[in-house]
Amino acid sequence: MPSVLVSTTINGDAVEYACPQDETLLDSLRDRVGLTGVKEGCGTGDCGACSITLDGRLVCSCLVLGVEANGREITTVEGLSDGDKLHPLQEKFIEHAALQCGICTPGFLIAAKALLDRNPNPTVEEIRYGLAGNLCRCTGYDKIVRAVQAAAKQMRKK
Amino acid sequence: MRFESPTTTREAVALLTRERGDAYVLAGGTDLLVRMKLDLIEPDLVVDIKGIAAMQSIRTTASGTRIGAAVSCAELGENKKLKKTWPGVVEAANLIGSDQIQGRCTMVGNLCNASPAADSVPALMAAAAKVVIVGKKKRRTVAIEKIITGPGETSLARGEVIEAIILPRRPPKSGDAYLRFIPRTEMDIAVVSAGISLKLERGVIKSARVALGAVAATPLLVPAAARAIVGSKLDDAALEKLAAACSNACKPIDDKRGTIEYRTRVVGVLARRAAKIAYQRAGGA
Ligand SMILES: Cc1cc2nc3c(=O)[nH]c(=O)nc-3n(C[C@H](O)[C@H](O)[C@H](O)COP(=O)(O)OP(=O)(O)OC[C@H]3O[C@@H](n4cnc5c(N)ncnc54)[C@H](O)[C@@H]3O)c2cc1C
Ligand code: FES
Ligand code: FES
Repeated sequence: MPSVLVSTTINGDAVEYACPQDETLLDSLRDRVGLTGVKEGCGTGDCGACSITLDGRLVCSCLVLGVEANGREITTVEGLSDGDKLHPLQEKFIEHAALQCGICTPGFLIAAKALLDRNPNPTVEEIRYGLAGNLCRCTGYDKIVRAVQAAAKQMRKK
Repeated sequence: MRFESPTTTREAVALLTRERGDAYVLAGGTDLLVRMKLDLIEPDLVVDIKGIAAMQSIRTTASGTRIGAAVSCAELGENKKLKKTWPGVVEAANLIGSDQIQGRCTMVGNLCNASPAADSVPALMAAAAKVVIVGKKKRRTVAIEKIITGPGETSLARGEVIEAIILPRRPPKSGDAYLRFIPRTEMDIAVVSAGISLKLERGVIKSARVALGAVAATPLLVPAAARAIVGSKLDDAALEKLAAACSNACKPIDDKRGTIEYRTRVVGVLARRAAKIAYQRAGGA
């Protein structure tokens, strides 16, 4: 089967790529578009390292086909910062040392942003439930939760 | 593999019927893409149903609520009206996976994947849900408990697609609930689960439906468990009988999640708790 042409909007820019029809969006983003912030941990929906938003909804890009993105809007971790200015979540992750190896971080940032868009003032429990689809083998989660709380606080001030 | 994204059910059925190789419907893909990744299946054709208007909406009609097959579980949770009418069904659907999975997964995909532990299925069985099946020649409406025939097996014929789930109109003084037991709080497969829907008349249970998950090769509808509480005010004796009927009905397996003995006992505990919640939601004391 030949590749198909997909027209999509990624982080606000119109992007076109050609991909085989059985390729995952995770692979299309990494290998065709060069957005390597999207990580593959498991490839089966369990770890959340490949998290993106698709038309505003948080999804695992490993469980979406590349062809499904046609005509849709995608946000990846590369779209979080405003030019050189980091997003408050990115700043607080650094301040609170909420990462070690960093493989899980892009997914956590995207999932945390989706959570805060919906709920600007989440409790610790709500943060832990909201991020239950993201696994981290390094930090033990506490620092991540604290970073999200701190970012939420800063974002509410604006 | 060829990918198609039709805009009508009829077109989807035609594509699936015409394909000579292995053809699959794609809803949220949270089971299908995992099976592709693990090389358990190698589709020749995948037909995405998310572009079909008739499958995208939740509508209330004179006879009940019609939920399109492509509606994600996240959307069910955001629908206040549905949450109020069928809280048990929505809480079951919202237990599936993480927020990431919720944004994609559907109840019909959960049903057609036919896992014994599928979370939304016992709740839908308890609710007396039906599904609208469209095939090449005809369209039929079938009770939900007729769909799953074994682990990973359904009664759908080749080329048939489920277009929607129909929940009956909610009678006054009725309520439903679903509970599952997992060793953690999120992201795990049910060890056992129970869905119950019941209707009261002057505080007495007039009718009930009880369904269990992860305790047999398919989710089970257990009429004997319903009979155990009909005619009662859900007193301790009725709850005892309910638990015994549930334990009796299950034919579980031993696996890493739980032993036969454990599942047989815990299913009764969950059924009692779910019955109490449903009773309260129905306006019982
Ligand atoms: C990380 C993770 C966690 C999960 N957690 C849970 C959980 O807690 N509880 C649980 O029950 N499940 C869980 N699942 C399994 C899965 O998410 C659910 O079964 C989900 O409801 C499947 O829906 P879907 O729309 O994604 O199905 P898909 O993958 O799109 O389809 C599943 C099957 O149904 C068929 N199908 C889909 N729609 C139709 C239709 N309209 N007509 C005919 N056939 C159709 C497909 O061809 C396929 O064979 C989990 C999965 C993952 C990856
Ligand atoms: S790589 Fe997608 S969830 Fe792990
Ligand atoms: S920082 Fe290494 S997995 Fe999270």
